Amino acid sequence: MRLRTLIFLIPLLVFLVLAGYFAVGLNRDPNLVPSALIDQPVPTFSLPGLPGQGAGLASADLHGRAQIVNVFASWCAPCRVEHPMLVRLARENGVLVRGIDYKDRPEDAAAWLSQMGNPYQGIGADTDGRVAIDWGVYGVPETYVIDRQGRIRYKQVGPLTAADIDGKILPLLKELQG
Amino acid sequence: MIPELGHYALVLAAFVAMAQAFLPLAGAARGNSAWMAVARPAALAQFGLVAFSFGALMHAHIVSDFTVLNVVEYSHSLKPMLYKVAGVWGSHEGSMMLWVLILSLFGAAVAALGGGLPDTLRARVIGVQALIGVGFLLFILATSNPFVRVDPPPLDGHDLNPLLQDPGLAFHPPFLYLGYVGFSIVFSFAAAALIEGRIDPAWARWVRPWTLIAWSALTIGIAMGSWWAYYTLGWGGWWFWDPTENASFLPWLAGTALLHSAIVVEKRDALKSWTILLAILSFSLSLVGTFLVRSGVLSSVHAFAVDPSRGVFILVLLTIAIGGSLTLYAIRAPHLRMGGLFAPVSREGGLVINNLLLASGCGTVLLGTLYPLFLDALNAGKVSVGPPFFNSTFVPLMVPLVALLGVGPLLSWKRADLPGALGRLKVAALLTFVAVVATYWLHQGGPAMALVGIAMAAWACCGAVTEWVERVRLFRVPLADSMSRALHLPRSAWGMTIAHFGMGVAIAGMTGSVCWVSEHIQSIRPGDQFDIAGYSVSFDKVEPIEGPNYQGERGTFTARSAGKIVAVMHPEQRFYPVQRTPTTEAAIHTTALADLYVVMGTKNASGGYAARAYHHPLVPWLWLGTVLMAVGGVVSLSDLRYRVGVPVRHRLRRSATTAAAE
Repeated sequence: MRLRTLIFLIPLLVFLVLAGYFAVGLNRDPNLVPSALIDQPVPTFSLPGLPGQGAGLASADLHGRAQIVNVFASWCAPCRVEHPMLVRLARENGVLVRGIDYKDRPEDAAAWLSQMGNPYQGIGADTDGRVAIDWGVYGVPETYVIDRQGRIRYKQVGPLTAADIDGKILPLLKELQG
Repeated sequence: MIPELGHYALVLAAFVAMAQAFLPLAGAARGNSAWMAVARPAALAQFGLVAFSFGALMHAHIVSDFTVLNVVEYSHSLKPMLYKVAGVWGSHEGSMMLWVLILSLFGAAVAALGGGLPDTLRARVIGVQALIGVGFLLFILATSNPFVRVDPPPLDGHDLNPLLQDPGLAFHPPFLYLGYVGFSIVFSFAAAALIEGRIDPAWARWVRPWTLIAWSALTIGIAMGSWWAYYTLGWGGWWFWDPTENASFLPWLAGTALLHSAIVVEKRDALKSWTILLAILSFSLSLVGTFLVRSGVLSSVHAFAVDPSRGVFILVLLTIAIGGSLTLYAIRAPHLRMGGLFAPVSREGGLVINNLLLASGCGTVLLGTLYPLFLDALNAGKVSVGPPFFNSTFVPLMVPLVALLGVGPLLSWKRADLPGALGRLKVAALLTFVAVVATYWLHQGGPAMALVGIAMAAWACCGAVTEWVERVRLFRVPLADSMSRALHLPRSAWGMTIAHFGMGVAIAGMTGSVCWVSEHIQSIRPGDQFDIAGYSVSFDKVEPIEGPNYQGERGTFTARSAGKIVAVMHPEQRFYPVQRTPTTEAAIHTTALADLYVVMGTKNASGGYAARAYHHPLVPWLWLGTVLMAVGGVVSLSDLRYRVGVPVRHRLRRSATTAAAE
C-alpha cells in the first residue's frame, strides 16, 4: 500500500524538479554563452569564398578595425530571420560584417545571399565545419565582435534582434573603435 | 474611450472569475446548491466580458487607433484588413487575450451545454476552469496590458513582421489555441473528478467530446503552422523541431494518448488513474509550452518579446496549476477503485502499448527540448539539440506505434485472439509488401528509410480499411447488407477509420518529401530554362509589383512536361519598407502526387536572378493526411452517444448497435 501511494507522487516530484530548472533558467540568457575565447585572438584559419560572392576570409583579415563575424548557413531558419538585421547593420550603420558559412553547400549559400542581399565583406565557406570548431561554434547563427587587435570581445548565440544590436553590438563596436 | 472600456471589462472579468471559482467550489464542498448555481451565469458573464474586451482590442487594430501602444507596435495604416484583424494575436499581449478568450469560451460552453452533468461535477469543472482564468487574467492585467495608450500618438505604426503577414499564419493561432487551451477543460474535468473522488465510464463519456474538439483543432493548428513554414521560409522544410513547434506538439502527443486511454475507461472502467494523469498532463504541457515560448528560457525563432517579469509570473502560475493538480492526484488517485481486468493480448492491452509509446515519444521530445536548459542550469556547458536527435529517437518509437495501429482495432476487449487478428490482416500485409516492392522498383532502390516510411504508410492505411471491411462484413454478406451495416456503424468507428487512414496518408507525405526531394539552384536570366524532375521550366519575364504595404518583383515561370504547358508560376520577391524586411513568396504548383516549388531571388550583380526550384513528391499528402485526421476527430465528435449533455439517453441504442456490429 505504501509503495502504491509513493508511485502516485512521482509525477509531482518530476514536475517540481522541472520547475526548479525553469526557475534557474529564468535567470540566464540562453543567447549569452561564456566563451573560453573571449579576449583571446581569433583562431588562425583561411577559408575560400563562395562562388560569385567575392573573396574568402582568413584570420589575417580580422585586424585593424572593430568588426563583427557572423556564422550562418542557408539551411538555418533563424539565420533567415536575422539576415535583414545584418543587411541593415552593414548598409546603414556602416559596420564591417564578415561571414562564416557553416556546413553548407557553397552554391546554396550563394543563391541564398543573392536572394536576400549580401551584407558580408568577405565570407569563408566552412564546408566541413572544421574552422567553426576552433571558434567554439555550437549552433547557427552566432555572432562575434572582434576588436582592432583581432581579439574576440563578445559572442552572441542565436539570432540578433534589434534590441541586441542597439543595446550591445553597436555600443561595443563604438567603444572598440575608440 | 473604447480601449478603456475594454480594459475595464477585463478587470471585471477577473472579478467575475474569482466569484466563479470560489462560490461553486465551496458550494459543491458544503452541498450549498445556491452557491453552485452561480457557476453557470458567472461562466457566461466571464466569457461575455472577455469577448467584449477582445472586441475592443480588435476594434483598435481595425480602425488603426495609434494612441494604443499595441496597435503602434504591431500595425500600420496600409496593412491589409485581414492582417489588421490577425495582427491582434500577432503580439504577446494580443495572443494572451486570445488565450483567455478561449479559456472562458470553454468554461461558458460547459455552462451552456453541460445540462446533463451532475450538479456538483459541473460546478467543480466550471470552478476549476475559472481558477485558471483568474491566473491568466491577472497575468494580462499585471504584466501584459494591451490597452496601454501612447501620448503623443505617432503618425503611423511599426507594422507587423512581414513573415507573419500571410493567410496561413493569420488563422494558425486561433486553431492552435483552440487546441491547447481547449485541453484546459479536460484538465478541469480531471481536477473536478479527483475532488469528487469518482471516475467512472460516464466521466469518460463526458470528457470525450471536449478532448476531441481540442485534439482536432490542435491537429489543424499544427498542420497550418507547418504548412506556413513550408511555403514561407523558401526552401520547403515543414518541421524544424524548434522549441516553439515542440511546445504545440507535446500537448498533441499527450492528447492523442488521452483520447485512446479514455476509451478504456469508458468501455472497461480500467486505466482510470492513468487517464486522469494524461488529462492533467495534456494541459500542463500546454502551460509549459506557453512558459517556454514567452519567458525566453530557450532560444527560438518564433519567440515573443521577452520580459523576465512575465517569465516569473507564468512560472508561478505554472507551479500553482500543475503542482496543485498533481498534489491532488497524489492524494486522491491511490484511492480510486481498480477497474476491470484484462489479458495482455486484448484491445485494452493494445491501447496500453499505444499509450506507452506515445508517452515515451512525448517524454523524448520534452527531454530534447529541455536538455539545453538542464545543462545550462547545471553549468555543464551549452548545447543545442537539433533534428538529428529527434529523428533518431522519436521516429523509431513511431514505427511500432504504426505497426500496432493496424492490429489494435481488430483485437477484442478483455482477451483477444492474436493469430486470428493477424490472419485477418493477411491482405493488408500483402498490399503493404506490394507497395514496398513497387517503391523499390520505381526508385531503383531508394533509401532504406523511404522503404520503411512507405511500409508504415501502407500498413496504416490498409489496416484502417481492413478494420472497416471486417466491421461491415464486406464480401462475406451481400453488398446491400454491407452498405446498411456501414450506414449504421457508430460515428466514432467511422472517425477512427478516417483518422487512422489519415495518419497513413500523412506518413506517406512525410516520407516522400524527406527522401525524394529534388532541387535545382541556378542564376537565371529571362529567356533561360532548366530541367527538374521531368519538367522543363522556362523563365519568361520579371515585372515590378506594388502591394498595399510592399514593393517587389514578380517572375513568370512556365513549367512544361513533354512540350505541354503544365503550369504558369509567379514567385515574388517582396520588400516591406516599414520593417525594411525582404520576403520571398514561393510559387507552388500542386498535383495529386507532388509539389513543384519555385522561388526567385533579387537581381544579382551579373543581371541574373537566383532561382531555386524544388520537386517535393507526396508533400500534398502530408496536409491531406492531417486534415483527414482532424476530420476523423470531428466525425467521431458527431457520434450521438458523445453529444455534450446527452450522456444516458442513448445507452440502450448503443448496446444494440455494437451488438449488431460485432
